[in-house]
Amino acid sequence: MSEDRHPLFMPLILVGGMIFGFGLGFSQMARPEVVLNFLQFEDFGLLFVMFGAAIVSGIAFAVMPRIRDSAPLTGDRYERRLKPFDRNVLIGGAIFGVGWGLSGICPGAAYASLGVGNVTILWAIAGMFAGAYLQGVWRSKRAAAATAPVGAD
Amino acid sequence: MVTDPVPLQLAAELFPSGISRYAVGGLLVGLGAVVIYVGTGIPAGASTFLESTLSYVSGQSRFQQYVSSRDWRVVFTLGIILGGLAFAATVQSGVITTSLYEAGTTGELYEVGGVTFWSTAVQPWRLFLGGILVGIGTRIGKGCTSGHGVCGVGSASKTSLVGVVTFLTVATGTAQIVAAMGVSP
Repeated sequence: MSEDRHPLFMPLILVGGMIFGFGLGFSQMARPEVVLNFLQFEDFGLLFVMFGAAIVSGIAFAVMPRIRDSAPLTGDRYERRLKPFDRNVLIGGAIFGVGWGLSGICPGAAYASLGVGNVTILWAIAGMFAGAYLQGVWRSKRAAAATAPVGAD
Repeated sequence: MVTDPVPLQLAAELFPSGISRYAVGGLLVGLGAVVIYVGTGIPAGASTFLESTLSYVSGQSRFQQYVSSRDWRVVFTLGIILGGLAFAATVQSGVITTSLYEAGTTGELYEVGGVTFWSTAVQPWRLFLGGILVGIGTRIGKGCTSGHGVCGVGSASKTSLVGVVTFLTVATGTAQIVAAMGVSP
């Protein structure tokens, strides 16, 4: 991505985020209770949120690369979201699963939840920052240790 | 006595709040991601914001790798919050009424300046402790419900499909164990 962005870049991100957040409010995925009801098999409606959203985005991921070379506001190529698989996907996914099952909240839904008036969700957002910080410090240290010359200490 | 046909009974049991609010909400979540993708080519996820925002206050290499995207990620998150607020000020407040929206009875509603807001009854310790694990897990696991669940699955990424199956399975198990231990809400 280039340094001088298109003047509409930030406004578009904001509008996209607003539609995204409105949808999380409308679906009530922004309510931890509704997510917990889903995870406890009491209301399976949340499947329609996740797969509905994935199908809509899937159409764009499939179509855009065929009709245009690059995105108008960044010049970036249209690519799918593909990440390499390794053990971390399983370990991180499991840790995330325990947290999601305990709290009923995930990052995007937490931000939307704050918007619908759920001030109590700041506990979850504070926790997410703390967790992200802990793993970041630990992994930064490990990366530094791995590249340090042998016998440096 | 007239009973509903079996498929209808089953649907009412699986979807006690109907499906329209979920389906419409899901379409909008997808549309939000599509607007950003079509304009910028970025498949947006919500959890990178946690690390990219930490780069403003911490020099750790894990966070500094996100410096180039941290500004727009703040704007994206601000948009999600404002979108939730717009929903509260319209549909949740009853300014816009639609049969597609099922209000439900979870949590508590309160009013400020004519806008109906909503707050959770889930206990703070669950939110905080769960939040810590969500913060660790989404960042180690390369994505959350939006990154893996929406954009990754939408990209038919095998990594994301495995990620979603993993966190969905573990989350259902965890939620059921917590409920069985009598923790509510």
